[in-house]
Order: sequence, then C-alpha cells, then structure tokens
Amino acid sequence: MDLLIFQNPILIVQASLDGILLGILFALIAYGMALQWGVMNIINIAQGELVILGGYIAYFLYISGVHPAFGIIVSPVIMYFLGVGMYKAVIYRVVDRDMFISILATFGISILAQQLMNSVFGSDVVVAQSNFGTTFLFNYMVTLPNAKIFSACISLIFAVILVGYMRYSKLGRAIRATAQNARAAKILGVDTDKVYAATFGINAAICGVAGALIAITFTLHPYVGLPYTVRSFMIVIVAGLGNLPGVALSGMGLGVFEEFSDYLFGTEFRIASVFLLLVLILVFRRFKLSRKREYLK
Amino acid sequence: MRSKKIFFLLVILGLIAPFLFPAFKLQMSIMWILVVLALTWDVQGGQMGYNTFGNIVFFGLGMYLCAATQIGLFFPLGEWTAAGGEKTFVHNSEQYFQGLFLGLIVAAIVPVFVAVFIGYGILGLRGHYFAICTLGLGIAAGEFAGGIEIIGAGQGMTSPPWPKGIGNTELRGEFFYYICFVLMICSFLFLRWAYSTRFGLVLNAIRDNEDKAEAMGINTMKFKISGWMVSAFFVGIAGGLMGNMIGYIEPVETAFPGRTFGVFMVLMAILGGKGTLIGPIIGAIAFHLFKEGFWTFFLGWQYVALGALIVIVVVFFPEGIMGYLREKFPERFGEVVDEKNRKSQVELS
Repeated sequence: MDLLIFQNPILIVQASLDGILLGILFALIAYGMALQWGVMNIINIAQGELVILGGYIAYFLYISGVHPAFGIIVSPVIMYFLGVGMYKAVIYRVVDRDMFISILATFGISILAQQLMNSVFGSDVVVAQSNFGTTFLFNYMVTLPNAKIFSACISLIFAVILVGYMRYSKLGRAIRATAQNARAAKILGVDTDKVYAATFGINAAICGVAGALIAITFTLHPYVGLPYTVRSFMIVIVAGLGNLPGVALSGMGLGVFEEFSDYLFGTEFRIASVFLLLVLILVFRRFKLSRKREYLK
Repeated sequence: MRSKKIFFLLVILGLIAPFLFPAFKLQMSIMWILVVLALTWDVQGGQMGYNTFGNIVFFGLGMYLCAATQIGLFFPLGEWTAAGGEKTFVHNSEQYFQGLFLGLIVAAIVPVFVAVFIGYGILGLRGHYFAICTLGLGIAAGEFAGGIEIIGAGQGMTSPPWPKGIGNTELRGEFFYYICFVLMICSFLFLRWAYSTRFGLVLNAIRDNEDKAEAMGINTMKFKISGWMVSAFFVGIAGGLMGNMIGYIEPVETAFPGRTFGVFMVLMAILGGKGTLIGPIIGAIAFHLFKEGFWTFFLGWQYVALGALIVIVVVFFPEGIMGYLREKFPERFGEVVDEKNRKSQVELS
C-alpha cells in the first residue's frame, strides 16, 4: 500500500485525467459488448481478442510505413467482414441457445485466436509510435500524451456516429426492434439472421477501432485480450443494458479506478485488481438483491 | 452385478498399468488427475447446474500450499525460493514423506474453508454471472500469486525433489501413479455414494429449478456450499500432487492455468456427458488422448487445435458421449421407449 498519491494532490489530477481518457476507450468496447448482449443474448469472451486483432492491423500499417492513425479507418472495415464471417461460421449456431454455450464457444475462439496471433505476429510486446507529442498542464506538473487525447476524441466521435446510426438508420431500427422482441420483428418482416450478422460485424468493427487506438496509446501482446473482455463485461453489468450515459460514466469510473490502483498497489497488481473488482461488484449486487429475495438476471 | 465385475477388472488394469506401459507413467498419472478434475467439475456443472471456471482456484491453492508446507516444515521458505531451492537445502527421505503427507492434508483442508468463504459470496449468483465471476476469480488468483514474493512471485518455485538414496526415478513415477490412482478411485466412490443420497437429489433439484427447491423448504445455499467443498477437497489434493509431479510451480502456467486446465475440466465433462457419473471419466480419458495427440503432432498449433475442439464439442456435441449413447440405446439406461406414442410426443415437443 503506497499512499503517495494522497500526499500529492497533483498526482490525483494526473491519475484522474489519465483514467478518464482511458475509460472513454473502455466504454467504447463495452458499448459493443452491450450491443451484442442486448440484441443476440450472447456473451462474447473473444471480445478482447477482437480488440487486440484490430490493434495488430494498425500495427501492421505502422510497420509497412503508413501512419498508424489510419488504422482507425482500415481496421474497422477489415474487422467488420471478419465479424460477419465469424457469425456465419460459428456464432449463429449459439445465438438462441443457453448462454453458457456461447461463453464456452467464444472462449474456444479466444484461445484459438491467441495462438494464431502469437504465430503470425510473434509474442513480443509491440507498440505503434504515433509521434503526436505530449501536452503539459499546470506548469509541467501533469503530462498527457497527445495520443491518449486523440484516442479519447476518436472514441467519442465514433460513439456519437454509432448512436446516431442506431437511432436514425433503417438497419439501426431493425437492430433495436430485434433486441426488443426478435419474434415480433421476424413477423413484421425483419430478417433477423441478417440483423444478427450485422450486429456482430458492427461489434467487431467497434473492437477494430478500439484496438487501433490501443495500438497507438498502449502496448499490444497476443495474450492480453481477456482483461478487455472482463472490463467491458463489468462496465455493462454496472451500467445495465441499453443505458448509454451509464456505460460512458462507468467506463470512466473504471479507468480512474485502474489508475488509482496503479498508484496504490503497484502496476503488477493492475490486472488482478480489475478481476477482483469484478468479483466484488457481482458479490455486492448479489447481497443487495438477496435482501429482496431476488438475483441478478 | 456385471457392472461391479467390470469395475473390478478396470481397477486391476489400472493397478498393473504402470508395469504394462512403463514409459507412460507420468502421462497416466496426469490422466487420473484430469479424471478427478472432470468428476469434481461435474458436481457443479453437471449435477448442480452451476457452470464454474473457478475450481482452478483450489487447484493452484492446493499446489502452493502443499509445496509450501513440504518446504516450510524443515527449511525457511523465503530462502528456498530465493536460492533456487533444491541446491542449498536437501530433504532426506523421512522429511520428504512426512512433508508430503502433511502437505497433502493441508492442501485438502484449506481449500475447503476457502470454498465456504468465497462460496457464500458467489454461489448466490446464477447462470452466466456465476460463470464470468468464477472466471475472474481464477485469473485474479493467478495474478495475485504472481505478486507474492515468498512463493517466488512471477518466477515460481520448485517443489522438493525426490530424495536421493531410495530408489530411482522409476520408483518415483510408480509412487505418484498409485497416489493419483487411489485419489481417483476415492473421489469416484465418494461421488457415487453422494449422488445416491439425498444430497445428490438436492443438487439435481437445484439444477432443475432452484426457486422451487427453495420453496420446498431446502436450504439451497447450504447444499451448494457443501457441493463446492467436496470439489475443493479433491481438487486441492490433485493440485498438491500435480505440483510434486511436475516439480516446478509457476503462477499462471501451472498453478492457476485458467487457459488450459481451467477450460479442460469443463471440456472433459461436456465431452463425456455432463450430469452423469461415468461421463466425465470417459471424457477425461478421451480428451487426454486427443490432447497428447495434438501436443505431439501439431506442436506450435496445439492451442489452435484445442480452441477448434472446444468450439466443435460445445456447438455440435453438447450432449457428450454419454448423451449420444443414451439417445442411441435408451433401454440400457433404464428408459422405456413407448413406440406407439413416440411420434405424437415428438410432434408435441
């Protein structure tokens, strides 16, 4: 336990700003999770692997001489088709079955994807340098890499575009209708199979954008996918399905929590504290609900 | 009567197996460990309907506790891990067996208490929330073990080597083989007995409808926790044995391997047919053969093959081998098929 952070108020500002910028990115991934959970009723453990794969696409652009920021355009396009392909290959068989089947099947996909990425891209920790420079605030006391600010802005822009698309386009309406009642939507002429494929593709595209942003702000490694899945799961269960401001807020809250736990417990316990927070949140909610003799549904 | 004869035949086969195939002693010992893991996973996943990824916590806990007891009884644990262990301190044979005996007892008892403690919190969750929560627990345990200095942090620690002076490595293999075999037989017989009592019926009632079971006046939480205690007991011992057989304990890859053993136990039970007593055993043996094949012929691609196997089993074959046999030969399972009314029933469902 290191209480340095509470003795230096400027560190609190630093950690909070870092956490908020990071949390916006988490919220974007969690939005994709909430989308497929709400519409298709599956939990995708391979979400984190999709993110890392999107990051490797941006990294691939970087090593072939293109600025990695273009990854935010290239990566979602590739990932969309990959997501649709994944749906056609496996996911459509697990959509209307028990949720545990979807968890296990996507767990299998995630193990498969990890090793494939490991053999294709190698097991080194890589980072795509963006050379965006650094912003200094408060008389050089707080340092913010511009790449982080850039990634938060892009995440926000993407989120706004997505929400608008969901609200006003025809496909967005069809997706929302399917989420409300798949059977009724089918009767009224919505091709739910296509809607599911598009939903999974959009989710993969979101992961692609997030991955490209992670490639320029943080580091990439084939085996770090699962924490992103757990983070997005946690954000969704705290916020609830279909609660957009909640997703954004709890995403930022999680980011701030992680930065603070870095200062308090040290970076080696970062992943452990994320997973433990998930357990604590679930147990807390379970005890709160069990007073009314209910349980998490 | 016939099944009893087959059972004794298989036990005798298991007893003489290390002399029939002396080169595969370690592999067969690991196979019995896998059988124990699958059988105890099935207490939650199959009989109780609580799909857990968290039994791996007890595995790693047992592994670390057993090794720490074995070393800590005779030597300072911190110096052992810092000095790379076995070079500076040497167990003589008496110390080794005392340590192993006490270590296995500790590895069995402590996970039971841990199961009570965490079970009270998270067994109130249901369905996929329980699954994800236990998944998080398993990985958090591995990450935490990787941050604790006295057990070697991320580098891991060695468990005490086989004492010099008594026998060779052949004897070591046979020794651990028989302990694993006895553990497997014990857990099988215990679970067979437990499923035949009211306990097994309550577990099945919880699986079928927990609210109704509660309304019938059953304290479901008590039974869920005792189910988990049973699993923790056997998995803890299995972990302690595994740590001694491998000889090296590393937090993420061997002690809390959520990505390998944690998924294997689920897969084995599903492959064999969850909710049956024999199914997990068949599944574990079949899976072990598959796995060794993958690891031998597709080295470098083994996890790709494993991931594909998980997807295929889960998506196309969720009933498992026993479920398939039950569909094919219902009479063997004591089910009467009413051919006359069969068609109408199929149409109804």
